[in-house]
Amino acid sequence: MRKILAIETKLYLREWPVMLFTIALPVGLLLVLGSIPGMGKPDPALSGQRVTDTQLPAMMTLLAMLTLAFTVLPTVLTTYRERGVLRRMSTTPVHPSRMLVGQLVINVAVGAVSTVLVVVLGRLVLGTAMPRQPVGFVLVFLLGTAALMAMGLVIASLAPTGKAASGIGSVVMFPLMFVAGMWIPREFMPGALRVFSDYSVAGPFAQAMRATWAGDWPQPLHLVVMAAGLVVFGGLAVRLFRWE
Amino acid sequence: MCANGDVTGTVPRYTFAGYPTRFPEQRPIPTVETMKVIEVRNLRKSYPHHVAVEDVSFEVAEGEIFGILGPNGAGKTTTVECVAGLRVPDSGTVRVAGLDPHDDRDELRRVLGVQLQSAALPEKIKVWEALDLYASFYPHPADWEELMRRVGLHEKRDTAFARLSGGQRQRLSVALALVGRPRVAVLDELTTGLDPQARRDTWELVEQVRDSGVTIVLVTHFMEEAERLCDRLTLIDRGRVVATGTPAALVAQAGGEQRLRFRPSAPVDHALLLALPEVRSVTGSGEHLEVTGVGDLAPAVTLALAEHRVVPTDLRVEQATLDDAFLALTGRTLS
Repeated sequence: MRKILAIETKLYLREWPVMLFTIALPVGLLLVLGSIPGMGKPDPALSGQRVTDTQLPAMMTLLAMLTLAFTVLPTVLTTYRERGVLRRMSTTPVHPSRMLVGQLVINVAVGAVSTVLVVVLGRLVLGTAMPRQPVGFVLVFLLGTAALMAMGLVIASLAPTGKAASGIGSVVMFPLMFVAGMWIPREFMPGALRVFSDYSVAGPFAQAMRATWAGDWPQPLHLVVMAAGLVVFGGLAVRLFRWE
Repeated sequence: MCANGDVTGTVPRYTFAGYPTRFPEQRPIPTVETMKVIEVRNLRKSYPHHVAVEDVSFEVAEGEIFGILGPNGAGKTTTVECVAGLRVPDSGTVRVAGLDPHDDRDELRRVLGVQLQSAALPEKIKVWEALDLYASFYPHPADWEELMRRVGLHEKRDTAFARLSGGQRQRLSVALALVGRPRVAVLDELTTGLDPQARRDTWELVEQVRDSGVTIVLVTHFMEEAERLCDRLTLIDRGRVVATGTPAALVAQAGGEQRLRFRPSAPVDHALLLALPEVRSVTGSGEHLEVTGVGDLAPAVTLALAEHRVVPTDLRVEQATLDDAFLALTGRTLS
């Protein structure tokens, strides 16, 4: 397993443009948007928070995780299946599920690096506070990431080719970004959209992350939706995933 | 012999110390009774819309190159996929080194190396990384550095899979099938899509692997490849075994007729040739003669002509091939 991780990590780093979208883009956007003058002022509509306090950093973390879960992970796995990489591996004593586990570990690790950079650079450059509820923050990160990755695996199960996977992934990802509050913070959403947002897995992930950043515990509803997403989509992926 | 990494290069001859390199012609053909390493009985496998394998049985002896020859869609790949434990047969039994491919999945994969049709690698993985990775999948792997030299890829060590030529990819594929030190290697459509030189290099590699003691199951639809490489083979058509035996026996079984054409330096009495036991018919007169027959036809005819001081000029020998055998047995051509 260690060798699979080592070699898959090398292969991942050779596809370095992926890093632009999953690390450079969210971190860069955080710093650029956060530096716009109006962003650093307390906003009564955000309960007196600044945009740079929780909204912006949570969204940038979500951007990284959505990109990883919906485009990177399904594309790699589907391409491996399409090219027969998984099929070749199934002729050896090691089951190709190890490859899937390896890809999950690497993608979560890249997401963690991106998140740490958002937290640290936000603190250093924009004066954003460190997450005030660190244990809750880590738990939310793990639960939300697991739920999103499970959704990505369902895409990898359904898509026939790598290209189809990245297409389907994008089609799912952008509406999810919207309802999660990428362009309109949840506070500004009309009631119906807000309900939709609260059940979208990505929305609860963003809101729970914002809550722990501000020092609160997440809403139980948001935790339940993420856990349900993990169970439902994880179960679907287990049933639907094909090795060849 | 120089080792060269590119397509036109030759694969270095490789032998284990203490084992003489034998030529295929000199090799005794093992009888099936001695050591069966694969046994397939009445295998049947259907897919939702068609039956891929109707009824296939054969046995592979330890140390031979056993061919599975048939046209595209005959059920060859499905058969070896059942042997490799990648598919579960509807009925029939399969034993590889005494193991059931489905029940003893893990053990089977330690004794069986498989090179599958259309099984690639990640584009950017380097040759040495692929070998290193696959070696880590087995409990007692071969020394992959040595294996890399043996298949003539040491100069391509740091080359990404996507940049390898077709022949180099196939040689890497063979190396990956061997890295677990298997007793049996299954090679599926090994030379499809290769240019003639790369094909010959790959054939040479397969013979070297056999000479190192590995039993080989070779799946192919190339008559020439089967004739050149296989100690024994089974002809498969539409999911059924048509015939099994040595290439020569199969050709003979199908009537194995040979044909000689030549221009005699002096007139020849047909009766002289017809008296030979090998000759069946003599046609033509004056300028050209055409003689058909079986067995050692060419030496018998030339010897008889020499005794009467006749020289056969422009001598051509046309021998029946596995293609002819397949045609005679099924009424269809291989390609």
